[in-house]
Amino acid sequence: MKRHLLSAADLTREDAELVLQTADEMRSLADRPIKKLPALRGRTVVNLFFEDSTRTRISFEAAAKRLSADVINFSAKGSSLSKGESLKDTALTLEAMGADAVVIRHGASGAPHRLAHSGWVRSSVVNAGDGTHEHPTQALLDAFTMWRHLGPRNGGTLDGQRIAIVGDVLHSRVARSNALLLQTLGAEVTLVSPPTLFPVGVETWGVETSYDLDAVIPKADAVMMLRVQRERMNGGFFPTAREYSRRYGLDGRRMATLQDHTIVMHPGPMVRGMEITADVADSQRSVIVEQVTNGVAVRMAVLYLLLGGSEPAGSLAEPVETPGDHS
Amino acid sequence: MTTYLLKNVSVLGGEPQDLVLKDGVVSTGSTTEGVEVIDATGLIALPGLVDLHTHLREPGREDAETVETGTHAAALGGFTAVHAMANTEPVADTAGVVEQVWRLGREAGYCDVFPVGAVTVGLAGERIAELGAMADSAARVRVFSDDGRCVSDPLLMRRALEYVKAFDGVIAQHAQEPRLTEGAQMNEGELSGRLGLAGWPAVAEEAIIARDCLLAAHVGSRLHVCHVSTAGSVEIVRQAKARGWNVTAEVTPHHLLLTDELAATYDPIYKVNPPLRSAADVEAVRAGLADGTIDIVATDHAPHPHEDKDCEWAAAAFGMLGLETALSVVQQTMVDTGLLDWAGVAERMSYAPARIGRLSDHGRALEDGAPANLVLFDPSVSRVIDSSETASLSRNTPYAGRELPGRVVATFLRGKATVLDGKLA
Amino acid sequence: MCAQPAPATPTTDGSRTVLDARDISRALTRISHEILERNRGAADLVLLGIPSRGVPLAQRIAERMASVEGVHVPVGSLDVTMYRDDLRLKPARTLMPTDIPSGGIDGKTVVLVDDVLYSGRTIRAALDALTEVGRPKAVQLAVLVDRGHRELPIRADFVGKNLPTSLAERVRVSLEALDGVDSVAILETIKETGR
Repeated sequence: MKRHLLSAADLTREDAELVLQTADEMRSLADRPIKKLPALRGRTVVNLFFEDSTRTRISFEAAAKRLSADVINFSAKGSSLSKGESLKDTALTLEAMGADAVVIRHGASGAPHRLAHSGWVRSSVVNAGDGTHEHPTQALLDAFTMWRHLGPRNGGTLDGQRIAIVGDVLHSRVARSNALLLQTLGAEVTLVSPPTLFPVGVETWGVETSYDLDAVIPKADAVMMLRVQRERMNGGFFPTAREYSRRYGLDGRRMATLQDHTIVMHPGPMVRGMEITADVADSQRSVIVEQVTNGVAVRMAVLYLLLGGSEPAGSLAEPVETPGDHS
Repeated sequence: MTTYLLKNVSVLGGEPQDLVLKDGVVSTGSTTEGVEVIDATGLIALPGLVDLHTHLREPGREDAETVETGTHAAALGGFTAVHAMANTEPVADTAGVVEQVWRLGREAGYCDVFPVGAVTVGLAGERIAELGAMADSAARVRVFSDDGRCVSDPLLMRRALEYVKAFDGVIAQHAQEPRLTEGAQMNEGELSGRLGLAGWPAVAEEAIIARDCLLAAHVGSRLHVCHVSTAGSVEIVRQAKARGWNVTAEVTPHHLLLTDELAATYDPIYKVNPPLRSAADVEAVRAGLADGTIDIVATDHAPHPHEDKDCEWAAAAFGMLGLETALSVVQQTMVDTGLLDWAGVAERMSYAPARIGRLSDHGRALEDGAPANLVLFDPSVSRVIDSSETASLSRNTPYAGRELPGRVVATFLRGKATVLDGKLA
Repeated sequence: MCAQPAPATPTTDGSRTVLDARDISRALTRISHEILERNRGAADLVLLGIPSRGVPLAQRIAERMASVEGVHVPVGSLDVTMYRDDLRLKPARTLMPTDIPSGGIDGKTVVLVDDVLYSGRTIRAALDALTEVGRPKAVQLAVLVDRGHRELPIRADFVGKNLPTSLAERVRVSLEALDGVDSVAILETIKETGR
C-alpha cells in the first residue's frame, strides 16, 4: 500500500484484498472478551474533521482505540478551525504534536491530497471524505460487506458481481470511491441516476450508466442507495422530492423485483421516504446496520496496514514466514 | 540622457543592423560619439510589449503587488506599457482612482501604466460607472472592464457598448455566465468529474462571447474579449470577424501552454479563471492566435500572496503571474513551433494591444523617429523558472521548475533603459 | 556455542534434510503421548497452533490424541503478529487467523504449538496474546524443532527434535498441509539472518 489512503484508486487489487482479509480478522475481535489489540500502542491518530460527521469520526475513533492508538479529535466546532485557521496551520500544529496518522474529513475536494503532498506533515493521511471527491474507507467497508455476503456464493471474490449504485452520483464521494474500488475488485458497476446528477465524463469511468432503475435492479447482486440531500432540489436537479422518489427511490414494490440473494445497502445517513422507504431499510435484505459494524473493522485494517509496521504493508508482500523468520 | 547604440541587432528577427536610441527616439543611422554600445549580436529587437490585461493590485492589495513592483516585473518581461485592471480596492470606477493609478505608474518610471476603468460601479454589475469622466481624466481611459466579473446583464452590456462610442472606448469583457459557473473550480470535463471539483463549462464562456458579439454588431461598437480559453470561443470570434464585426480577442500565455491535467495535483498554483482547459483547447487558441482570430496575447498577470495559494484548492484565489514569463511562453508555444515569426509576435504583443488601447506612443514599428520603446530578447538561451526570483511581490508563477526558452536582455522606455543585462536598470 | 551439524541428507538446493516425513510423524506421536501423560489425560486441554505452521501441527497432534486415546481435544489458532516486539521494524505484516475454540481458554490448560523454537520472542508474543483472550490455568509449549539460541527465559515443554544450529544457518520446516511434503531442512546462509 501507499503511505497515504487518499483515493480508492491508490489501491491495487492485492492491496484491496489485503484490507478485506485483514478486516475479516479485525471483525472477529468483536467476539473476544477484550476488544483491543496492541498493534498501534504509542502511535497517535488524529481525527481532523472540518465537516461534521459524527458517525465517520466515531468509527475511526473506535478503530484506532481498539488498536491501542492514542486518539486526538480535532473538529470544526469549538476549535480554531471555525475561526479561520488555515488547513496548513492546523497541519503544522498536528505535526508538532507528533501525529502518526491524520484522518481528515474536509469539505474541499483534494484537501487530503494537499495535506499529504504539500510537505506540511510527515504523517500518513487517510481521506475520510473530501468534498465531492472520494471516501475510500467507505468504499472499502461497502466492498467488505458485499464480499462477506456475496463472496461465499461466488468463489470468495466479487468478480462479475453486479452492483447498482443509485442516486446523486454527481455530488457523491461514496459513488466515486465505490466505482473505482469495485472495478478493481472485479465487480460490474452500474450507476443509476437522473441525467442531471451524473458527472460530466462519467462515460470514461468504465462503469455502466442508466437512467432506469427498474431495468437495472432485477439483475443486481447488490443495490446501494445514495443519500439525496434535499437542498439539491434548489439546484433544479429534479423537480420535486416526490418525483425523485417515484423514479429513483427503492420501495417495497421495487424490492420485490430483486433476486433472492441481493442485498440492499446505504452509506447513511438515510433520508427515509426519499431514496429508500422504511420497509426496505428495515427488511431482511438490508445490511445497513452491518455496514456500520464493518466500518470499524475496515478502518482498523487500514490503520493497521498503514501504521502497524515500519512502513505500510507492501503490495509485494513477502512470504508470511520465510525460513529463519522463526523466533 | 544616455544614448545607446545597439550593434548588430536583429529587428523582428531580420538581418543584423545597428539602432541608435537617442533623445527618446529610434534612429537607424549609425554611430555617433559619446554613446553606450550594446553588442546585440544574436539578440532580437521587438517594439516594447504592451499588456492589455494586468492586475497591479494597488490600491488595496499592496501585500500582493504594488504599481512599483508590478511595473518592475513588466519591465523585466519586456513590457513598456501595461493596462491595470479595475478590480482594486477601491474599484477603479471613478476618475480619482484611475488618475491615482496612472500617477503611481509615472512615478515608478519603469513602464507606462494605463488604468482600465470599471464598467459598472463597484464591479457590481448594476449601474454603469462614470465612463466619460474616466475617459476625460488625465489617465485618458479607453479600455473598460469589470474583469474578474462578467457584465452578465445583457441590457447593461448593450448600454456600455453604446456609451463608450462617444470617446472611442472599448468594453473588455470577462466572458463568464455566472449561473453556469456557480462555485466553479476548474474546467468542466472528465477530470473535474473524477476530481470532484465543480466544473466551469466552456459553454459559460462561449455563450457570453456569442451574445456580446451580436450586441456589438447590433449597436456598432467595439468589443474586446478577454482571455479566450476554449476552442468554441475561438470559432465564435472567427465567425464574428468574418462578418466584419468590430471584435478583438486576447489569449493568455498560460492558456497557450498549460492544460487542465495540472489540476490533478490539487495544487492551486494552477487555479485560474478562466480555468486551464484541455489540450484540444490549447491547440485551438494557438491556431487562433496564429491566424489572427485572436488578436493579442495579454498576461492576466494576477499576483496573490502566498497564503492565498498555500491552501486547499477550493479556498485558494484564482490567478497566476504572467508578466515576467510571457515572452518566453510565447516563444515556446508560438515561435519555436513555427506558428508565428517575430514580426507576428510584435503584432500580437505590441502593435495590436496598443491599437486596441488607443495608445499613440506604444506599439510603433522601430523606425526612424519612433519612440524608443523596445525590448532586446535572446531566444537562444533557456532558463529554469525559480519562483523565489520574481520581481513581482507575489510568487504564484505556474512555471516554477519549468524550463522556458529565451531571456529578456534589455528593455527601453522612451530611450531610457529600464532593464539592462537582464536586471532592472 | 559449538553447533554440531546434525546428521543430514544432502539435497539438490544445498540444504540438508534433518527430519523426513517418518521422523516428523514419530516426533508428533511422541509429543502427543507426552502431553497426555504430563496432563494426566485430555481433560481441559486446548491446543493452539501459532500460524502458519503451528496450526497444522496442532491439528495433527489432536488427531493422534483422538486415534490413540479416543479423546477430542479442541484445536485453534493464535495469531501473534500484532504482539511481536519487532512489529515496528518491518513493513506491516499480513494478519493470520486467530480461532479460539468455542469453549474458550479460561481455566484450561493451553498447549501452544509451533514449528521451530529459536529466540523465544514468538512465544513471548503468544503469551501476551493469550492474556487478552482469557486466563488459562496453565500454558505449555510444544515445538517440532528446538534450534537453540534463546534470547528470553523461555523453554519448551515438549520437543520433537533438538537441533543444534549455528546462527548462520536457517531451518526450513515443510508440512504436508501447507507445502505438500513433510520435512525439516537446514540451509546455509552467508549473512546473518535477521530475527
